[in-house]
Amino acid sequence: MHIEPTATDRIVVVGGGQAGADFVAALRMAGHQGPVTLVGAEPGYPYARPPLSKAYLSGKATAEDLYIRPPAMYEQQGIDLRTGTRVTAIDRTARHVVLADGERLSYAHLVLATGGRARRLPAPGLDAAPNVHYLRTLADVAAMRHRFVPGARLAVVGGGYVGLEVAAVARQVGLDVTVLEALPRVLARVTAPQVSAFYQRVHTEEGVDIRVDTAVTGFAFASDGSVAAVELKSGERIDADLVLVGIGLVPDTELAEQAGLAVDNGIVVDEYCRTEDPAVLAIGDCTSHPCGEHGGRRRLESVPNASEQARVAAATVTGSLQPYTAIPWFWSDQYDVKLQTTGLSTGYDEVVIRGTTETGRSFAAFYLKDGLVRAADVVCSPRDFTAARKLVAARARVAPEALRDLSVPLKQLL
Amino acid sequence: MPRVVFVRPDGTKQEADASDGASVMQAATANLVPGIVAECGGELSCATCHVFVDEQWLGALPARSEDEEEMLEATSEEPTDASRLCCQITLDASLDGIVVHIPKTQK
Repeated sequence: MHIEPTATDRIVVVGGGQAGADFVAALRMAGHQGPVTLVGAEPGYPYARPPLSKAYLSGKATAEDLYIRPPAMYEQQGIDLRTGTRVTAIDRTARHVVLADGERLSYAHLVLATGGRARRLPAPGLDAAPNVHYLRTLADVAAMRHRFVPGARLAVVGGGYVGLEVAAVARQVGLDVTVLEALPRVLARVTAPQVSAFYQRVHTEEGVDIRVDTAVTGFAFASDGSVAAVELKSGERIDADLVLVGIGLVPDTELAEQAGLAVDNGIVVDEYCRTEDPAVLAIGDCTSHPCGEHGGRRRLESVPNASEQARVAAATVTGSLQPYTAIPWFWSDQYDVKLQTTGLSTGYDEVVIRGTTETGRSFAAFYLKDGLVRAADVVCSPRDFTAARKLVAARARVAPEALRDLSVPLKQLL
Repeated sequence: MPRVVFVRPDGTKQEADASDGASVMQAATANLVPGIVAECGGELSCATCHVFVDEQWLGALPARSEDEEEMLEATSEEPTDASRLCCQITLDASLDGIVVHIPKTQK
Protein backbone atom coordinates (compact mmCIF):
# COMPACT_ATOMS: atom_id res chain seq x y z
CA MET A 1 0.00 0.00 0.00
CA HIS A 2 1.36 3.37 -0.93
CA ILE A 3 0.70 6.14 1.53
CA GLU A 4 0.82 9.71 0.24
CA PRO A 5 3.08 11.77 2.46
CA THR A 6 1.27 14.56 4.17
CA ALA A 7 2.68 17.43 6.10
CA THR A 8 0.92 16.44 9.25
CA ASP A 9 2.14 12.92 10.00
CA ARG A 10 5.67 12.78 8.64
CA ILE A 11 8.49 11.84 10.97
CA VAL A 12 11.81 13.44 10.10
CA VAL A 13 15.06 12.02 11.42
CA VAL A 14 18.21 14.13 11.30
CA GLY A 15 21.33 11.97 11.28
CA GLY A 16 22.02 8.73 9.44
CA GLY A 17 24.28 6.98 11.95
CA GLN A 18 23.49 4.03 14.20
CA ALA A 19 20.77 5.83 16.16
CA GLY A 20 18.97 7.21 13.11
CA ALA A 21 19.11 3.95 11.17
CA ASP A 22 18.00 1.91 14.16
CA PHE A 23 15.20 4.38 14.84
CA VAL A 24 13.57 4.09 11.41
CA ALA A 25 13.68 0.30 11.64
CA ALA A 26 12.32 0.35 15.19
CA LEU A 27 9.59 2.76 14.12
CA ARG A 28 8.34 0.36 11.45
CA MET A 29 8.60 -2.56 13.85
CA ALA A 30 6.53 -0.54 16.32
CA GLY A 31 3.84 -0.33 13.68
CA HIS A 32 4.17 3.23 12.43
CA GLN A 33 3.04 3.24 8.81
CA GLY A 34 3.18 6.93 8.00
CA PRO A 35 5.89 8.72 6.05
CA VAL A 36 9.42 8.75 7.41
CA THR A 37 12.32 10.76 6.06
CA LEU A 38 15.88 10.13 7.20
CA VAL A 39 18.28 12.96 6.39
CA GLY A 40 21.99 12.20 6.75
CA ALA A 41 24.93 14.47 6.01
CA GLU A 42 27.25 11.64 5.02
CA PRO A 43 26.85 10.07 1.58
CA GLY A 44 25.75 6.45 1.22
CA TYR A 45 23.67 4.13 3.32
CA PRO A 46 23.86 4.19 7.13
CA TYR A 47 26.75 2.06 8.35
CA ALA A 48 28.12 0.66 11.58
CA ARG A 49 31.07 2.57 13.03
CA PRO A 50 32.72 0.01 15.36
CA PRO A 51 34.31 -1.93 12.46
CA LEU A 52 35.90 1.27 11.14
CA SER A 53 38.80 0.97 13.56
CA LYS A 54 38.99 -2.80 13.14
CA ALA A 55 37.83 -4.86 10.15
CA TYR A 56 37.41 -1.93 7.76
CA LEU A 57 40.76 -0.33 8.59
CA SER A 58 42.52 -3.66 8.21
CA GLY A 59 40.82 -4.24 4.84
CA LYS A 60 38.89 -7.33 6.00
CA ALA A 61 35.53 -5.64 5.47
CA THR A 62 34.19 -3.56 2.60
CA ALA A 63 32.00 -0.48 2.99
CA GLU A 64 28.99 -2.63 2.00
CA ASP A 65 29.80 -5.06 4.80
CA LEU A 66 29.27 -2.21 7.25
CA TYR A 67 25.69 -1.38 6.26
CA ILE A 68 23.43 -1.43 9.32
CA ARG A 69 20.55 -2.65 7.17
CA PRO A 70 20.68 -3.72 3.53
CA PRO A 71 19.88 -0.87 1.11
CA ALA A 72 16.73 -2.65 -0.07
CA MET A 73 15.24 -2.39 3.41
CA TYR A 74 14.71 1.36 3.12
CA GLU A 75 12.76 1.01 -0.07
CA GLN A 76 10.80 -2.01 1.12
CA GLN A 77 9.84 -0.14 4.27
CA GLY A 78 8.97 3.06 2.46
CA ILE A 79 11.67 5.09 4.16
CA ASP A 80 12.61 8.24 2.31
CA LEU A 81 16.39 8.23 2.66
CA ARG A 82 18.15 11.51 1.92
CA THR A 83 21.86 11.05 2.46
CA GLY A 84 24.58 13.47 1.49
CA THR A 85 22.10 16.09 2.63
CA ARG A 86 22.49 18.61 5.43
CA VAL A 87 19.81 20.07 7.61
CA THR A 88 20.67 23.71 8.15
CA ALA A 89 17.89 24.83 10.47
CA ILE A 90 14.89 23.75 12.48
CA ASP A 91 11.78 25.91 12.66
CA ARG A 92 9.95 24.60 15.70
CA THR A 93 7.05 26.99 15.34
CA ALA A 94 6.30 26.03 11.75
CA ARG A 95 7.42 22.44 12.46
CA HIS A 96 9.74 22.01 9.57
CA VAL A 97 13.44 21.53 8.93
CA VAL A 98 15.34 23.39 6.25
CA LEU A 99 17.76 21.47 4.01
CA ALA A 100 20.95 22.91 2.53
CA ASP A 101 19.26 23.38 -0.86
CA GLY A 102 16.44 25.34 0.75
CA GLU A 103 13.84 22.58 0.70
CA ARG A 104 11.59 22.45 3.76
CA LEU A 105 10.37 19.21 5.27
CA SER A 106 7.40 19.42 7.60
CA TYR A 107 7.24 17.08 10.54
CA ALA A 108 4.83 15.80 13.11
CA HIS A 109 7.80 14.49 15.09
CA LEU A 110 11.42 15.42 14.63
CA VAL A 111 14.13 13.06 15.86
CA LEU A 112 17.63 14.45 16.28
CA ALA A 113 20.21 11.71 15.87
CA THR A 114 23.08 13.99 15.02
CA GLY A 115 25.83 12.09 16.82
CA GLY A 116 29.15 13.81 17.04
CA ARG A 117 32.42 14.59 15.34
CA ALA A 118 36.01 13.78 16.21
CA ARG A 119 37.55 16.40 18.48
CA ARG A 120 40.23 18.24 16.52
CA LEU A 121 43.67 18.91 17.87
CA PRO A 122 44.20 22.65 17.58
CA ALA A 123 47.70 23.08 16.18
CA PRO A 124 48.83 25.39 13.37
CA GLY A 125 49.11 23.64 10.01
CA LEU A 126 47.58 20.41 11.26
CA ASP A 127 44.26 20.65 9.44
CA ALA A 128 46.07 21.02 6.11
CA ALA A 129 48.45 18.10 6.65
CA PRO A 130 47.49 15.20 4.36
CA ASN A 131 48.89 12.52 6.69
CA VAL A 132 47.04 13.58 9.85
CA HIS A 133 43.90 11.55 10.40
CA TYR A 134 40.88 11.32 12.64
CA LEU A 135 38.60 8.33 12.90
CA ARG A 136 34.88 8.83 12.87
CA THR A 137 33.62 8.21 9.35
CA LEU A 138 34.12 5.85 6.43
CA ALA A 139 35.74 8.72 4.57
CA ASP A 140 38.22 9.24 7.43
CA VAL A 141 39.32 5.62 7.23
CA ALA A 142 39.33 5.51 3.43
CA ALA A 143 41.70 8.48 3.50
CA MET A 144 44.20 6.80 5.81
CA ARG A 145 44.08 3.16 4.78
CA HIS A 146 46.62 3.44 1.98
CA ARG A 147 49.18 4.64 4.52
CA PHE A 148 48.83 1.43 6.52
CA VAL A 149 51.78 -0.38 4.98
CA PRO A 150 54.44 -2.47 6.75
CA GLY A 151 57.24 -0.34 8.13
CA ALA A 152 55.34 2.95 8.09
CA ARG A 153 55.72 4.93 11.31
CA LEU A 154 52.42 5.77 12.99
CA ALA A 155 52.12 8.22 15.87
CA VAL A 156 48.83 7.95 17.75
CA VAL A 157 47.85 11.00 19.78
CA GLY A 158 45.52 9.85 22.55
CA GLY A 159 45.43 6.57 24.46
CA GLY A 160 41.68 6.02 24.43
CA TYR A 161 39.80 3.15 22.81
CA VAL A 162 39.98 4.55 19.28
CA GLY A 163 43.72 5.17 19.50
CA LEU A 164 44.44 1.76 20.98
CA GLU A 165 42.24 -0.09 18.48
CA VAL A 166 44.00 1.64 15.61
CA ALA A 167 47.36 0.85 17.20
CA ALA A 168 46.39 -2.83 17.34
CA VAL A 169 45.37 -2.97 13.68
CA ALA A 170 48.52 -1.08 12.69
CA ARG A 171 50.76 -3.54 14.53
CA GLN A 172 48.98 -6.44 12.88
CA VAL A 173 49.66 -4.85 9.49
CA GLY A 174 53.31 -4.31 10.47
CA LEU A 175 53.53 -0.59 11.17
CA ASP A 176 55.87 0.91 13.69
CA VAL A 177 53.55 2.40 16.32
CA THR A 178 53.98 4.96 19.10
CA VAL A 179 51.03 5.92 21.32
CA LEU A 180 51.26 9.31 23.03
CA GLU A 181 49.03 9.82 26.06
CA ALA A 182 49.09 13.02 28.11
CA LEU A 183 47.66 11.44 31.28
CA PRO A 184 49.64 9.05 33.48
CA ARG A 185 47.88 6.00 31.98
CA VAL A 186 45.91 4.94 28.91
CA LEU A 187 42.10 4.67 29.14
CA ALA A 188 42.34 6.84 32.25
CA ARG A 189 38.84 8.27 31.92
CA VAL A 190 37.03 5.00 31.44
CA THR A 191 38.69 2.33 33.48
CA ALA A 192 40.63 1.39 36.62
CA PRO A 193 44.43 1.67 36.87
CA GLN A 194 44.78 -2.12 36.81
CA VAL A 195 42.93 -2.34 33.50
CA SER A 196 45.02 0.49 32.06
CA ALA A 197 48.18 -1.34 33.14
CA PHE A 198 46.90 -4.50 31.47
CA TYR A 199 46.38 -2.71 28.16
CA GLN A 200 49.76 -1.02 28.39
CA ARG A 201 51.39 -4.42 28.90
CA VAL A 202 49.52 -6.05 26.03
CA HIS A 203 50.37 -3.26 23.61
CA THR A 204 54.00 -3.32 24.71
CA GLU A 205 54.10 -7.08 24.18
CA GLU A 206 52.71 -6.51 20.70
CA GLY A 207 55.50 -4.06 19.96
CA VAL A 208 53.77 -0.71 20.47
CA ASP A 209 55.82 2.03 22.09
CA ILE A 210 53.37 3.34 24.71
CA ARG A 211 54.28 6.71 26.20
CA VAL A 212 52.16 8.00 29.06
CA ASP A 213 52.57 11.36 30.83
CA THR A 214 53.60 12.64 27.45
CA ALA A 215 52.37 16.04 26.32
CA VAL A 216 52.42 16.81 22.62
CA THR A 217 53.65 20.38 22.19
CA GLY A 218 53.79 20.70 18.40
CA PHE A 219 54.53 19.20 15.04
CA ALA A 220 57.35 19.43 12.54
CA PHE A 221 56.23 19.67 8.93
CA ALA A 222 57.80 18.52 5.68
CA SER A 223 57.91 20.86 2.69
CA ASP A 224 54.66 19.41 1.28
CA GLY A 225 52.80 20.34 4.46
CA SER A 226 52.62 16.83 5.88
CA VAL A 227 53.70 16.10 9.43
CA ALA A 228 57.23 14.72 9.68
CA ALA A 229 57.48 14.46 13.44
CA VAL A 230 55.55 14.98 16.65
CA GLU A 231 57.26 17.21 19.19
CA LEU A 232 56.99 16.36 22.87
CA LYS A 233 57.29 18.46 26.00
CA SER A 234 60.43 16.53 26.91
CA GLY A 235 62.05 17.97 23.79
CA GLU A 236 62.00 14.61 22.06
CA ARG A 237 60.71 14.25 18.49
CA ILE A 238 58.80 11.20 17.27
CA ASP A 239 59.34 10.79 13.52
CA ALA A 240 56.12 9.80 11.82
CA ASP A 241 54.80 8.91 8.38
CA LEU A 242 51.26 9.33 9.59
CA VAL A 243 49.47 10.61 12.65
CA LEU A 244 46.17 9.44 14.10
CA VAL A 245 44.48 11.80 16.51
CA GLY A 246 42.01 10.11 18.86
CA ILE A 247 41.13 12.60 21.56
CA GLY A 248 37.42 12.18 21.89
CA LEU A 249 34.12 13.19 20.41
CA VAL A 250 32.28 16.50 20.29
CA PRO A 251 28.51 16.04 20.21
CA ASP A 252 26.75 17.73 17.31
CA THR A 253 24.29 19.91 19.18
CA GLU A 254 24.42 23.12 17.14
CA LEU A 255 21.12 22.56 15.32
CA ALA A 256 19.36 21.94 18.60
CA GLU A 257 20.96 24.99 20.19
CA GLN A 258 20.00 27.22 17.29
CA ALA A 259 16.46 25.93 17.61
CA GLY A 260 16.44 27.02 21.25
CA LEU A 261 16.48 23.55 22.78
CA ALA A 262 18.32 22.95 26.04
CA VAL A 263 21.84 21.63 25.59
CA ASP A 264 24.10 20.58 28.44
CA ASN A 265 26.95 18.39 27.18
CA GLY A 266 24.38 16.96 24.77
CA ILE A 267 20.79 17.64 23.83
CA VAL A 268 18.79 17.42 27.04
CA VAL A 269 16.15 14.67 26.92
CA ASP A 270 14.02 12.80 29.44
CA GLU A 271 13.87 9.02 29.89
CA TYR A 272 11.53 8.79 26.87
CA CYS A 273 14.04 10.65 24.65
CA ARG A 274 11.83 13.77 24.57
CA THR A 275 13.26 17.26 24.56
CA GLU A 276 11.33 20.08 26.15
CA ASP A 277 9.46 20.43 22.83
CA PRO A 278 6.94 17.57 22.68
CA ALA A 279 7.39 17.32 18.89
CA VAL A 280 11.17 16.95 19.08
CA LEU A 281 13.11 13.93 20.35
CA ALA A 282 16.83 13.22 20.43
CA ILE A 283 18.72 9.91 20.52
CA GLY A 284 22.23 8.49 20.58
CA ASP A 285 25.66 10.01 21.17
CA CYS A 286 24.31 13.58 21.01
CA THR A 287 21.96 13.28 23.99
CA SER A 288 22.29 14.09 27.65
CA HIS A 289 19.82 11.76 29.35
CA PRO A 290 18.80 10.95 32.92
CA CYS A 291 20.88 8.20 34.49
CA GLY A 292 18.51 7.42 37.29
CA GLU A 293 21.04 7.89 40.06
CA HIS A 294 20.71 10.97 42.26
CA GLY A 295 18.84 12.66 39.43
CA GLY A 296 22.05 12.93 37.43
CA ARG A 297 22.51 13.04 33.67
CA ARG A 298 25.02 11.46 31.37
CA ARG A 299 26.00 11.30 27.74
CA LEU A 300 27.11 7.95 26.33
CA GLU A 301 29.06 7.25 23.18
CA SER A 302 28.10 3.70 22.36
CA VAL A 303 26.20 1.58 19.88
CA PRO A 304 24.01 -0.15 22.49
CA ASN A 305 22.95 3.26 23.84
CA ALA A 306 22.10 4.49 20.34
CA SER A 307 20.07 1.35 19.62
CA GLU A 308 18.27 1.42 22.93
CA GLN A 309 17.37 5.08 22.61
CA ALA A 310 16.18 4.39 19.05
CA ARG A 311 13.75 1.80 20.42
CA VAL A 312 12.66 4.06 23.25
CA ALA A 313 12.02 6.96 20.86
CA ALA A 314 10.10 4.71 18.45
CA ALA A 315 7.87 3.69 21.33
CA THR A 316 7.39 7.32 22.38
CA VAL A 317 6.44 8.42 18.88
CA THR A 318 3.98 5.56 18.47
CA GLY A 319 2.33 6.39 21.76
CA SER A 320 3.46 3.55 24.02
CA LEU A 321 5.88 5.13 26.44
CA GLN A 322 8.72 2.84 27.54
CA PRO A 323 11.38 4.49 29.66
CA TYR A 324 15.08 4.02 29.03
CA THR A 325 16.26 1.61 31.68
CA ALA A 326 18.98 -0.35 29.92
CA ILE A 327 22.30 -0.81 31.66
CA PRO A 328 25.05 0.59 29.46
CA TRP A 329 27.46 -1.85 27.95
CA PHE A 330 30.38 -1.55 25.63
CA TRP A 331 32.97 -3.65 23.85
CA SER A 332 36.41 -3.22 22.37
CA ASP A 333 38.56 -5.63 20.34
CA GLN A 334 42.32 -5.26 20.25
CA TYR A 335 44.54 -8.10 18.97
CA ASP A 336 43.09 -11.27 20.51
CA VAL A 337 41.79 -9.29 23.50
CA LYS A 338 38.04 -8.91 23.70
CA LEU A 339 36.85 -6.47 26.33
CA GLN A 340 33.21 -6.40 27.39
CA THR A 341 32.11 -3.80 29.87
CA THR A 342 28.82 -3.59 31.75
CA GLY A 343 27.58 -0.73 33.90
CA LEU A 344 29.38 2.56 34.45
CA SER A 345 32.44 2.47 36.63
CA THR A 346 32.32 6.13 37.66
CA GLY A 347 32.11 6.72 41.38
CA TYR A 348 33.35 3.34 42.60
CA ASP A 349 35.12 2.95 45.92
CA GLU A 350 36.66 -0.48 45.38
CA VAL A 351 38.04 -2.47 42.45
CA VAL A 352 38.21 -6.24 42.70
CA ILE A 353 40.29 -8.13 40.17
CA ARG A 354 39.28 -11.69 39.38
CA GLY A 355 42.31 -13.46 37.93
CA THR A 356 45.42 -11.47 37.16
CA THR A 357 46.16 -8.48 34.95
CA GLU A 358 49.91 -9.03 35.16
CA THR A 359 50.18 -12.13 32.98
CA GLY A 360 47.96 -13.72 30.37
CA ARG A 361 45.03 -12.08 28.63
CA SER A 362 41.91 -12.95 30.58
CA PHE A 363 40.56 -11.44 33.79
CA ALA A 364 37.67 -9.41 35.14
CA ALA A 365 37.62 -6.14 37.07
CA PHE A 366 34.59 -5.49 39.26
CA TYR A 367 33.72 -1.99 40.40
CA LEU A 368 31.99 -1.81 43.76
CA LYS A 369 30.38 1.03 45.61
CA ASP A 370 29.25 0.56 49.20
CA GLY A 371 29.79 -3.17 48.66
CA LEU A 372 27.45 -3.42 45.68
CA VAL A 373 28.60 -4.49 42.21
CA ARG A 374 28.13 -1.48 39.94
CA ALA A 375 30.17 -2.25 36.85
CA ALA A 376 32.62 -4.75 35.41
CA ASP A 377 35.28 -4.90 32.72
CA VAL A 378 35.60 -8.47 31.50
CA VAL A 379 38.49 -9.47 29.27
CA CYS A 380 38.26 -12.61 27.16
CA SER A 381 35.62 -14.39 29.17
CA PRO A 382 32.14 -14.14 27.67
CA ARG A 383 30.99 -16.53 30.39
CA ASP A 384 32.09 -14.17 33.16
CA PHE A 385 30.65 -11.23 31.22
CA THR A 386 27.31 -12.94 31.25
CA ALA A 387 27.40 -13.40 34.98
CA ALA A 388 28.79 -9.88 35.48
CA ARG A 389 25.87 -8.38 33.57
CA LYS A 390 23.48 -10.14 35.91
CA LEU A 391 25.42 -9.10 39.01
CA VAL A 392 25.43 -5.47 37.86
CA ALA A 393 21.75 -5.55 36.94
CA ALA A 394 20.94 -6.92 40.38
CA ARG A 395 23.26 -4.46 42.14
CA ALA A 396 24.40 -7.59 43.92
CA ARG A 397 26.15 -7.42 47.25
CA VAL A 398 29.05 -9.84 46.88
CA ALA A 399 32.03 -10.23 49.16
CA PRO A 400 35.23 -9.25 47.34
CA GLU A 401 36.83 -12.57 48.39
CA ALA A 402 34.09 -14.44 46.57
CA LEU A 403 34.56 -12.40 43.39
CA ARG A 404 38.30 -13.06 43.53
CA ASP A 405 37.96 -16.80 44.09
CA LEU A 406 38.52 -18.40 40.68
CA SER A 407 37.42 -21.77 42.02
CA VAL A 408 33.88 -20.41 42.44
CA PRO A 409 32.04 -19.83 39.13
CA LEU A 410 30.54 -16.35 39.08
CA LYS A 411 27.21 -17.91 38.24
CA GLN A 412 27.06 -19.29 41.77
CA LEU A 413 27.20 -15.76 43.18
CA LEU A 414 23.96 -14.72 41.51
CA MET B 1 18.82 -17.22 -2.49
CA PRO B 2 18.51 -19.10 0.78
CA ARG B 3 15.30 -18.51 2.69
CA VAL B 4 14.94 -18.44 6.46
CA VAL B 5 11.69 -19.14 8.27
CA PHE B 6 11.45 -17.28 11.57
CA VAL B 7 8.83 -18.61 13.97
CA ARG B 8 7.64 -16.10 16.52
CA PRO B 9 6.75 -17.09 20.06
CA ASP B 10 3.04 -16.91 19.15
CA GLY B 11 3.57 -19.37 16.30
CA THR B 12 3.36 -16.92 13.39
CA LYS B 13 5.89 -17.51 10.69
CA GLN B 14 7.85 -14.92 8.80
CA GLU B 15 9.83 -15.98 5.78
CA ALA B 16 12.87 -13.96 4.76
CA ASP B 17 15.08 -14.10 1.68
CA ALA B 18 18.78 -13.80 2.29
CA SER B 19 21.83 -13.68 0.14
CA ASP B 20 24.42 -16.46 0.03
CA GLY B 21 27.01 -15.84 2.70
CA ALA B 22 24.71 -13.70 4.83
CA SER B 23 24.05 -14.76 8.39
CA VAL B 24 20.63 -15.66 9.77
CA MET B 25 20.97 -12.52 11.91
CA GLN B 26 21.42 -10.37 8.80
CA ALA B 27 18.36 -11.98 7.24
CA ALA B 28 16.45 -10.98 10.38
CA THR B 29 17.62 -7.38 10.58
CA ALA B 30 17.08 -6.90 6.83
CA ASN B 31 13.48 -7.97 7.20
CA LEU B 32 12.71 -6.32 10.54
CA VAL B 33 12.06 -9.62 12.27
CA PRO B 34 10.93 -8.74 15.81
CA GLY B 35 12.88 -10.34 18.64
CA ILE B 36 16.25 -10.46 16.90
CA VAL B 37 17.90 -7.44 18.48
CA ALA B 38 21.45 -7.99 17.25
CA GLU B 39 22.82 -5.21 19.38
CA CYS B 40 26.49 -5.71 18.50
CA GLY B 41 25.82 -6.16 14.79
CA GLY B 42 27.18 -9.68 14.58
CA GLU B 43 30.47 -9.39 16.44
CA LEU B 44 29.70 -12.15 18.94
CA SER B 45 29.62 -9.67 21.79
CA CYS B 46 26.04 -9.28 22.97
CA ALA B 47 23.94 -12.48 22.78
CA THR B 48 20.81 -10.66 21.61
CA CYS B 49 20.31 -12.70 18.43
CA HIS B 50 19.60 -15.97 20.22
CA VAL B 51 17.38 -18.46 18.36
CA PHE B 52 16.30 -22.05 18.86
CA VAL B 53 17.05 -23.94 15.65
CA ASP B 54 14.23 -26.23 14.58
CA GLU B 55 15.07 -29.84 15.37
CA GLN B 56 15.10 -31.00 11.76
CA TRP B 57 17.79 -28.45 10.90
CA LEU B 58 20.07 -28.90 13.89
CA GLY B 59 22.17 -31.59 12.24
CA ALA B 60 22.84 -29.38 9.23
CA LEU B 61 24.79 -26.81 11.24
CA PRO B 62 28.47 -26.77 12.17
CA ALA B 63 29.22 -26.99 15.87
CA ARG B 64 29.22 -23.94 18.14
CA SER B 65 32.56 -22.28 18.77
CA GLU B 66 33.82 -21.92 22.31
CA ASP B 67 33.06 -18.18 22.29
CA GLU B 68 29.53 -18.79 21.08
CA GLU B 69 29.13 -21.46 23.73
CA GLU B 70 30.14 -18.97 26.43
CA MET B 71 28.01 -16.14 25.04
CA LEU B 72 24.98 -18.40 25.04
CA GLU B 73 25.06 -18.19 28.81
CA ALA B 74 24.20 -14.50 28.42
CA THR B 75 20.90 -14.94 26.62
CA SER B 76 17.66 -13.58 27.99
CA GLU B 77 16.07 -17.00 27.76
CA GLU B 78 17.57 -20.21 29.13
CA PRO B 79 19.50 -21.84 26.26
CA THR B 80 18.96 -25.45 25.15
CA ASP B 81 20.84 -27.85 22.88
CA ALA B 82 19.04 -26.16 19.99
CA SER B 83 20.28 -22.68 20.93
CA ARG B 84 22.46 -20.67 18.58
CA LEU B 85 23.47 -17.07 18.18
CA CYS B 86 22.15 -16.58 14.71
CA CYS B 87 24.94 -14.17 13.73
CA GLN B 88 27.07 -17.33 13.70
CA ILE B 89 24.92 -19.23 11.19
CA THR B 90 26.11 -18.49 7.68
CA LEU B 91 23.58 -19.23 4.98
CA ASP B 92 24.17 -21.16 1.79
CA ALA B 93 22.05 -23.32 -0.50
CA SER B 94 22.24 -26.27 1.91
CA LEU B 95 20.39 -24.24 4.55
CA ASP B 96 17.62 -23.02 2.22
CA GLY B 97 14.41 -23.06 4.22
CA ILE B 98 16.05 -23.31 7.66
CA VAL B 99 13.51 -22.84 10.46
CA VAL B 100 14.46 -20.97 13.63
CA HIS B 101 12.34 -20.12 16.66
CA ILE B 102 12.56 -16.71 18.33
CA PRO B 103 12.76 -16.63 22.12
CA LYS B 104 9.87 -14.96 23.97
CA THR B 105 11.94 -12.71 26.17
CA GLN B 106 14.45 -11.29 23.69
CA LYS B 107 13.60 -7.67 23.11
